[in-house]
Amino acid sequence: MKKDIYILGLETSCDETAAAIIKNGREIVANVVSSQIESHKRFGGVVPEIASRHHVEQITLVLEDTLQQANMTFDDLDAIAVTKGPGLVGALLVGVNAAKALAFAHQLPLIGVHHIAGHIYANRLIKEFTFPLLALVVSGGHTELVLMKEHGSFEVIGETRDDAAGEAYDKVARTLNLPYPGGPHIDRLAAEGEPTIDLPRAWLEEGSYDFSFSGLKSAVINTLHNAEQRNQELKPEDVAASFQQSVIEVLTAKTIKAAKEYQVKQVLLAGGVAANRGLRKALEEQFAELKDIELIIPPLSLCTDNAAMIAATGTILYEQGKFEDLAMNGYPGLDIEQS
Amino acid sequence: MKVLAIDTSTYALGVSLLDGERIIGEHMTNLNKNHSLRVMPAIQALMNECEVKPAELDKIVVAKGPGSYTGVRIGVTIAKTLAWSLKIPLAGVSSLAVLAASAYFYPSYISPIFDARRGRVYTGLYRFEDGKLVAVEEDQNIALTDWCSQLKKLDREVLFLGEDVHLHAESIQEIMADQALLKGGLAASPRPSDLARLGLHEPAADLHSFVPNYIRLAEAETKWLEQQKAEE
Ligand SMILES: [Zn+2]
Repeated sequence: MKKDIYILGLETSCDETAAAIIKNGREIVANVVSSQIESHKRFGGVVPEIASRHHVEQITLVLEDTLQQANMTFDDLDAIAVTKGPGLVGALLVGVNAAKALAFAHQLPLIGVHHIAGHIYANRLIKEFTFPLLALVVSGGHTELVLMKEHGSFEVIGETRDDAAGEAYDKVARTLNLPYPGGPHIDRLAAEGEPTIDLPRAWLEEGSYDFSFSGLKSAVINTLHNAEQRNQELKPEDVAASFQQSVIEVLTAKTIKAAKEYQVKQVLLAGGVAANRGLRKALEEQFAELKDIELIIPPLSLCTDNAAMIAATGTILYEQGKFEDLAMNGYPGLDIEQS
Repeated sequence: MKVLAIDTSTYALGVSLLDGERIIGEHMTNLNKNHSLRVMPAIQALMNECEVKPAELDKIVVAKGPGSYTGVRIGVTIAKTLAWSLKIPLAGVSSLAVLAASAYFYPSYISPIFDARRGRVYTGLYRFEDGKLVAVEEDQNIALTDWCSQLKKLDREVLFLGEDVHLHAESIQEIMADQALLKGGLAASPRPSDLARLGLHEPAADLHSFVPNYIRLAEAETKWLEQQKAEE
């Protein structure tokens, strides 16, 4: 009989201090997330130094909650997995050094996980993977299409050339005077408005799976500015709906095209923007017609940063024997293909 | 009583092991190199060589700042996590006190100095009383000229100690003249074994709430507070 594998995951790459224990890569035993969002709201965005300070305040508390929830001790664990990048360097270092200390104290293997690989593997907590698969990763810092032919292998077939989708959301939200973080507010307003404003779609050159959102963001800002000069009132709901429609149309169209070209069996949605209801709905509607491709969308709680996804990815690396030594560092610009 | 001490608050990376009052091992480098990468391997190497297993440790001592924000955070994170997961006490010691402790034979006041840029320093005032290091003025971030004017009134010699002292030598001498004694270089390195000894009798800190003593707020927070005041 195969022994069960229990991995403790740690995640501190941005503004959530998180720990989790996952059984056999797919089952959540404990999952604790301490969010700092309230603290960063007053600054209108995440302040790296403050995020790092909060991580030090929270780290052992979050770990203790996790072990208590799981009713486990370090003797029950097989390895420690941690986000080693990408992310805010000061924030990453708290998780990385805590993980190294744990691995050393209890003589457990240490595993370094790529944050985006983690977002993708959040889906495996819902559904077993069937390869090849395509992941649409959309978050505050990332917008990419990642092709996976087997566990632990990631090929980026398209990525943003400027702003990430989440970044564009936050900037447009700011011009509409919506509070930080803006994404959910745009999503909410968009549901109440009509896409009446003509905004560009950046398809880029024929056959490219890359994205670009800075032009769209500028177009929104210009539209608002022009309307203001003409004393014309634009409904924020309609601005949000028009902006969101442009983003979603490009995201879904490119995802579908790539899914067909690479003949994937599954399409996964991953990253913080995966919580966007407009995007989830559009993907669900369009993939309903594609009978041989399975669409997987994780629940909202697994879309935002968490450590369950890190432990889930860590389990694959554990099975593949990919371990780190105590000289592992945090890598703010870590490339997923090299992870 | 085996104590592991960790100091990553400046360029100097220090780790030491104490068994009771006896130093059993000490590792120190003084390089502008990545602490995050090197501290755990340094701890591992020292403990291996001293044949001490993590489970045999009785206490963790850490230099809690001031110093480099990131540096101190690395040491504190490791110390906190080790102490918590090994279920042993954690004690924090001022990083400036560790530096001051290297002048244990000096009879008057000691002002350990870390440069804080733009004419400011992190410092405090210490002295040895009956062989014990005592803090006379608490650690602070202060304009060097203000600090010197304050010390001048003491009417006793003050030892300025630390690798950054040479950056401020002129200003110190201008205000304090003969009243100041300056020591930099080798004589002024924080020793990890001094940290361990200072921490040995230090009461255990509350583990979960233990954080570095940054002394300063994060810049964004200072600006935010100023803005709030201006709006009032
Ligand atoms: Zn993320």
